[in-house]
Amino acid sequence: MIRAWLLVLALLLPMGTIHAEYGDVVLNRHSDKQGVRPVVFPHWFHRIRFRCKVCHQELGFQMRAGSNNVLMSDIIDGKFCGMCHNSQIAWGPERCDLCHSARPGTPAGIKGDNQTSGPGRW
Amino acid sequence: MAERLRTWWRRHARWLWPGAVVLWAAAGALAAGPSLWLPLEKDGLHDPAGPGIALLQQPAEALASLPRDSAGNKVRWVQALESGAINPRTNLFPETKVRVLDQDIIISRFGSMPAVKFPHRQHTLWLDCSNCHNGLFKDKIGANRFSMLAILNGEQCGVCHGAVAFPLTECNRCHSVPNASLQRKATP
Repeated sequence: MIRAWLLVLALLLPMGTIHAEYGDVVLNRHSDKQGVRPVVFPHWFHRIRFRCKVCHQELGFQMRAGSNNVLMSDIIDGKFCGMCHNSQIAWGPERCDLCHSARPGTPAGIKGDNQTSGPGRW
Repeated sequence: MAERLRTWWRRHARWLWPGAVVLWAAAGALAAGPSLWLPLEKDGLHDPAGPGIALLQQPAEALASLPRDSAGNKVRWVQALESGAINPRTNLFPETKVRVLDQDIIISRFGSMPAVKFPHRQHTLWLDCSNCHNGLFKDKIGANRFSMLAILNGEQCGVCHGAVAFPLTECNRCHSVPNASLQRKATP
């Protein structure tokens, strides 16, 4: 009987739901309400191209996920993501689906990876 | 024939369950082994039905050639920077002063763990002074009280370590200085 339970446990272990890349941030303060997919912000993609200080010092993004109220209107005005996502440095704000790419209903926050479940409390 | 099978079964049946568990674990390890980075459409986060997903860069494509790590993004980010494997921009505005400080701080001496060496250089290659000072930490040696509990809760070092910088499973990368190598001062 114990063996049977151990087997059930072993079968369940490799399963999981979200295996995001380490440091992926989901922005969903407004997206679901507005009927678009939530945004996935991949830190790994951006830090190959920019150092942390560019966004977190020059552009004014607060370090803690959830403390920035990022609005599309600001991005179109060249603030936050719009400082680069302006069709010059990176793709422009009309390419909605490249950023709004998460499964609908994904809760906002910073995600771990397939080995580290993520921050203790955020 | 049937009798032979029954004998074989009686002899080997007890290995069936452990054998099955070992086989399953091996299959799991094989399946997890080669895919250090999951394709975006399989990460459970991206919508595989999203029209943009085919255009986005895959983690494996971007990260496979960088110095390998065992945790986080599986990339030694500081090493990637120092070796020139990546050369991320330091500033967007020409007038921004890019500040790098080469100074090590030894903290948490003579505790139950080896002491912590905090290297300013590696941190300021990525970050600006104002990202930590004077909000997260005071810019005065000895003025900050560190707590592993707070760090594990996403405060202090845990704002980045455990979220985007190497995770808190890598104890010895910070707790790297043997207390025996430190000199005890006469007055603490």
